[in-house]
Amino acid sequence: MAQPSGRARATAWGVAATATLAVLIVAGSRKLAHFDAALVGYTFATLFAVFGITYRYVMWLQRPPTRLYWRRGWQVFFAARGLPRNVLTAARRAVVEFAANRFIFVRGKLRGTAHWLIMWGCVLGAAITFPLVWGWVHFETVPGKIDHYRTLVFGIPAGEFAVHSVLAFLIFHGLVWASFLVIAGVMLAFRRRMIDQGAAAVQQFGEDILPLVLLLGISVTGLMLTVSYTWMKGYAYSFLAILHAVTVIVTLLWLPFGKLFHVFQRPAQLGVSFYKDESTSGEQARCRRCDAPYAGATMVRDLMTVERELGFRYELAGGEGHYQEVCPRCRRAMFGLAQSALWASAPKGEEG
Amino acid sequence: MPVPAQLQFFVDPSRCIGCQSCVQACSECDTHKGESMIHLEYVDRGASVQTVPVVCMHCEQPTCAEVCPADAIKRTGDGVVQSARKPRCIACGNCVVACPFGVPELYADRQLMMKCDMCYDRTSIGKKPMCATVCPSQALFFGTREELEELRPQSTPTNRFRFGEQIITTRVKVLAPKTKAPPPLLDVTAAMDDRPEVRHARLRVLGGAPAALPPADDPFAEVEV
Repeated sequence: MAQPSGRARATAWGVAATATLAVLIVAGSRKLAHFDAALVGYTFATLFAVFGITYRYVMWLQRPPTRLYWRRGWQVFFAARGLPRNVLTAARRAVVEFAANRFIFVRGKLRGTAHWLIMWGCVLGAAITFPLVWGWVHFETVPGKIDHYRTLVFGIPAGEFAVHSVLAFLIFHGLVWASFLVIAGVMLAFRRRMIDQGAAAVQQFGEDILPLVLLLGISVTGLMLTVSYTWMKGYAYSFLAILHAVTVIVTLLWLPFGKLFHVFQRPAQLGVSFYKDESTSGEQARCRRCDAPYAGATMVRDLMTVERELGFRYELAGGEGHYQEVCPRCRRAMFGLAQSALWASAPKGEEG
Repeated sequence: MPVPAQLQFFVDPSRCIGCQSCVQACSECDTHKGESMIHLEYVDRGASVQTVPVVCMHCEQPTCAEVCPADAIKRTGDGVVQSARKPRCIACGNCVVACPFGVPELYADRQLMMKCDMCYDRTSIGKKPMCATVCPSQALFFGTREELEELRPQSTPTNRFRFGEQIITTRVKVLAPKTKAPPPLLDVTAAMDDRPEVRHARLRVLGGAPAALPPADDPFAEVEV
């Protein structure tokens, strides 16, 4: 259970992040001149999501192991002798592991494909939606050229394009392309969850199914809007717009609580990779029982610190060391030997 | 669905014959397809054929989960400590080094920790875990307490372990000799310097160079036969 001071700290960070976004919305939309009032529901949902995500992130960072790894990761990353190399390594890992989802493809090709499609669909959708919702990106007709649009980013002109060009078609249908990606990915994910007995055994509705339902809901209702104004003369457009807004707003409000929060946690993998590199190349801890190296010495020492902070007492009797100094293999052997010793020492008269 | 409370997992390492059936069967489980999560160790390869099967003991206060920086390891309401949640696990390996029983394994290629989850796809619908299904000596037994007492009248289960000054209580139980006293505490660290009882066999070498003896200080060294 978090201490009250921990919750107060998380609340303060949450309020600060929300206030910062609010200021940026006002500034980026040129004192709301470019703000689309029809999207105000989305705006407040994003403000709430920013508060919730920041609050949960700060609470998470206050857990003893998370706090230590967070600190160690940055220490190793910013170590003067390796900073340029670390920046390059981080960029390479960001591309290979995050952009290409290599480690998920290793878990399964279809699984990797599903995640890659959902991830890039969501990234594309978010990159289009949020700047529009916050008024950071604005389109207006170029004076004297009625068939040309000008793009304003933070109120600053950032280029023109013809309304009937291929580029315009691609840009104005950006959310359609994002929907295609998400729907394909969600279908693959649903397929796995329906036929994979292992996944079925451990999945939970709120944790595993609801995110897929929400993403599918956003994509399908979004496509229905396009269908309505493109081929059905705007039939039921108002209703569909409300329905789409509801699915998006519910997802944004739920974002800090559920599985999609991993989007914000996952980058920790990068920091940990530097800590592990350092741990692997540095001094190795040797098992006090078999003398084999089994982990980085820094990692083992840090783990002892974390365990003490958490209230675990793995110190050996008489201050002769720490159980953490025994390698996992010897721990398993000792488990068997301890049981043997129990039987060997049993009173023979009572033995069967 | 939760694992029925009356079904319990009992481990009796002294019955293990090292046949590897559990290792093979484990990899068939759907929650960790193709990967065997059970450990089968020789306690001292050069001195004895004694083996020990090690499954996740499903601690009531799992050290692996507590030290996980990503908060990826969760214990479900039925007392089963699940494998790391895939979206969260950042493959730091803290759990691998922290587990007092030496159970979790890190799969660096897929950036994931995996461990025995008591074959949750099976046990959650009342079936036995794969290892207990195939174990010929019943070193791994999954059933009710009553079934066990009928089969092992001289044994009593214990689920309390000592590691240094730390006492760990688990869902999985180990069989200890039955006495009039309450079930004993299994002091794992007391076995730090234990070695298995050596039973000598006299063999006549028919010819050729004698096999090399394993190094005396490495209990896990391969033995040349």
